[in-house]
Amino acid sequence: MKLYDGGKIIAGIVVFLIVASVPFWYGMGKAVPPPDFKLDTPAIERLKEKLCVEPAPYMRANHMKLLSAWRESVVREGNRSYKATDGKVYKISLTGTCLECHSNKDQFCDRCHDYAGAKPNCWSCHIIPEEVR
Amino acid sequence: MVPTRREFLKIAGFSAIGLVLPPLATLTGAQAGMPAAGGVFPTAPGPLPALRAKRWAMAVDAGKCRPGCRDCIIACHLAHNVPDFGNPKDDVHWIGLERVDHVFPAEAHPRLPESIKGLSVPVFCNHCENPPCVRVCPTKATFQRADGIVMMDYHRCIGCRFCMAACPYGSRSMNYRDPRPFIPKINADFPTRTRGVVEKCNFCEERLARGILPACVTVCKEKALVFGDLEDSGSDVRRLLDGRFSIRRRPDLGTGPQIYYLL
Repeated sequence: MKLYDGGKIIAGIVVFLIVASVPFWYGMGKAVPPPDFKLDTPAIERLKEKLCVEPAPYMRANHMKLLSAWRESVVREGNRSYKATDGKVYKISLTGTCLECHSNKDQFCDRCHDYAGAKPNCWSCHIIPEEVR
Repeated sequence: MVPTRREFLKIAGFSAIGLVLPPLATLTGAQAGMPAAGGVFPTAPGPLPALRAKRWAMAVDAGKCRPGCRDCIIACHLAHNVPDFGNPKDDVHWIGLERVDHVFPAEAHPRLPESIKGLSVPVFCNHCENPPCVRVCPTKATFQRADGIVMMDYHRCIGCRFCMAACPYGSRSMNYRDPRPFIPKINADFPTRTRGVVEKCNFCEERLARGILPACVTVCKEKALVFGDLEDSGSDVRRLLDGRFSIRRRPDLGTGPQIYYLL
């Protein structure tokens, strides 16, 4: 089999591969620093026990699942209370319960989501109390 | 070595078991690790116990409505962050105000008394017993609760507007534009909607859960709106309906509307 204009084609492929992989070469060996944030808010400092509805490692890994379960519970089943594993009962409300303590949404939510490239669409409808006030 | 038929079947069988087992193991593991979300919830967070009913319904004593009064509409739209786009093409409403002969086209005739002909009555979502919007919704974004409230799950709405085509009462509105900038005053206790989502009256489901009556009912100074449980013979709405003649919008369609009008 004869490859016509082989030199040009192979040179083109090589150039394409180099251009396409530049971002990888450029970022190789460099670590993007993890987001630096301050999570304390006045509401959290006032708490005697600094605890979320569930233990922090669980929340860190599974908050999206919990929020999804909360959403289904309120909207579809009409249940507005959440019984935590430690037996405490919380009112299910993103704006009312979550953001009451974590009033620093731009630090608490956005820093990590931006870093991880996650784009939750909670706030296209749900209200950030700080922005309304 | 070429395997015999028997050996081949054995290997195939074990491979099939191997394919099925790992997902099962992760499934059970995930369930054990997750705290009791979606378990048994206690009821009513908040100071008042939640209002519960077998069948919520509303009666509109239209004769009591002051001419030109829009109190119920203003209160509802403020409570639920309903946008005001300022033009009829994009109009979004939870409660509307319509002339009697438009609300009841089959019942209207030229010899009706002026007092009735000139009347405007509030129109709501009828929270039908047999809601056509629920039947057509492809994502189950709109659904009927056990207490009769036809709810919207805005998270699931894809904006196909089948429900708007199905609703014979025009109770549903589409957000053709981003509603946020058009909300006069945002109520932080209730979410807004987003572009491409259909919205409608929810019988103030969020207020009933806190033990208070719908916003339109509490704001009406003339007590023209009566809300209650239709299955409870002692409720206000039942007593009103037991004592007087009432009509519903387009009952011939078989939707079973739950807004009763006393004219």
